[in-house]
Amino acid sequence: MSVLSRLKPVAFLLCLTPAAVLAWNFWGVTHDRPEALGADPVRAAEIFTGLWTLRFLAMTLAVTPVRELLGIGALARYRRMLGLFTFFYACVHLSMWVGVDWFFDWRAMGGEVVKHKYILIGMTTFVLLLPLALTSTNAAVRRLGGARWARLHRLVYVCAITGTVHYLWAVKKDTLFPLIYLLVFAALLGFRLWEHYVGPIRLRSRGAGRRRPRSRSSALAGAATTDTRPLGDAK
Amino acid sequence: MWIKRPDDIPSSEITDEKLYINRRRFLVAAGVIGATGAGLLGCNSDAEGSNAGTGADLMTAGAGQEPDDKPNTYEQITSYNNFYEFGTDKEDPKGNSAGFHPQPWTVRVEGLCKKPGDYHFDDLVKPHKVVDRTYRLRCVEAWSMVIPWQGIPLAEMIKRFEPQPSAKFVAFTTVMRPNEMPGQRRPVLQWPYVEGLRMDEATNDLTLMATGLYGKPLPNQDGAPIRLIVPWKYGFKGIKSIVKIAFVDKQPETTWNIAAPDEYGFYANVNPEVDHPRWSQATERRIGEFRRRRTLMFNGYADKVASMYSGMDLRRNY
Repeated sequence: MSVLSRLKPVAFLLCLTPAAVLAWNFWGVTHDRPEALGADPVRAAEIFTGLWTLRFLAMTLAVTPVRELLGIGALARYRRMLGLFTFFYACVHLSMWVGVDWFFDWRAMGGEVVKHKYILIGMTTFVLLLPLALTSTNAAVRRLGGARWARLHRLVYVCAITGTVHYLWAVKKDTLFPLIYLLVFAALLGFRLWEHYVGPIRLRSRGAGRRRPRSRSSALAGAATTDTRPLGDAK
Repeated sequence: MWIKRPDDIPSSEITDEKLYINRRRFLVAAGVIGATGAGLLGCNSDAEGSNAGTGADLMTAGAGQEPDDKPNTYEQITSYNNFYEFGTDKEDPKGNSAGFHPQPWTVRVEGLCKKPGDYHFDDLVKPHKVVDRTYRLRCVEAWSMVIPWQGIPLAEMIKRFEPQPSAKFVAFTTVMRPNEMPGQRRPVLQWPYVEGLRMDEATNDLTLMATGLYGKPLPNQDGAPIRLIVPWKYGFKGIKSIVKIAFVDKQPETTWNIAAPDEYGFYANVNPEVDHPRWSQATERRIGEFRRRRTLMFNGYADKVASMYSGMDLRRNY
């Protein structure tokens, strides 16, 4: 077992930190620290969880490029976990909106989804994330078959775009940060397109003389890019 | 209706904060009684049902609003601000405005009036009696506060400048100081910020040139040293740190209207029936509360202002 594999429980706890911070601050707001989340805690919590969803999505999509560029194969074990944390933060984000912001006022929320395009695209992103989370198990990969699983999971690129547009459209005027996120996702997507159409990009090769250090030993050999491997190298 | 007229309360140009807060408590109590009275008159006091009230019901100001329409804390009012000149996050103005110098201050009065000129802050304010006005502030982003302002009714100030009959609008400009206002170094909006009112709006009883809040001079993040308050309009009409007042004959350009004309109109009257493309305007979150409240027509000030817009299509003139 590599160091990276052994560190996975630590990484898991690290991924929970934003949620813990939010819970701690929410507790503070209702108890002894009314200003813990600023003057508008509901808005603060929505922005906080939304941004962490996008950050986890970026981290998930960064696993493969970083692994390949630096030749750290063990990183692959982190991809499924990060993907599921993306979904976890998306769920918290949506719950904030449904349960705290609108207090389960379904009719009003229905109106919001129909009337406001930033909410519609946000909801669309969540719906698109659902099948990805549901098919994240090894059993689901086997049931679907590697190629079909991989095709389905390309939806994550759509989510990256719609999720960032959701952010962009929610912002009133200062679009600097949404555009930075868009740029990051464009780079992550660009890496895949480059690999697919031009060829592998490597900063450091693993093992001398091997032109293609990428391991093809997984059950999904033959699929178009390394991204077609299921989360966490199903074994 | 939640508004304290100058004759309700003794002058408080210089008031000890403790006394001030005590008085506020008394006024809050008075407000509770007023609102309860409205409830007894058959108005729906359930603020949750966002469409429970009919238009007519909403036209009776204050009806349907929860009775605890109490002022927000000084901390809330000074830490949660939209003042893009100091940054676009709500906490930015408090964090970035310490280096701003609100004194000495000069306001240029120009255009179609008989007394144009450069007025020092003291010359502008001193001839008038400072009044207390506690108003709701409704942001276009669907949050709201209740703020105890001090200031001078704009109508009184305007009288001194003797506008000509040809003056149909009043245009305002914010100070341009990129070295003190970091937000102005980025072209997020067209700087300097400009706003405007129709002459009848500017001279309406409710319109205030605020110079203080909670008995203290306006903090930098709230628009020091002098800003506009138009309580029946969305907050962005309340232009801050004003350095120019111009009397003009044509509808002036306004910053947010330039930035996104389909989202922000010249009038920007609070109207729960006309949605913003981004936010529904039927409800709002009062800062300090979790549940949403129903938004009131003209922010609850319909009885004072609705007549100015009779016959106008408010859906078009948003």
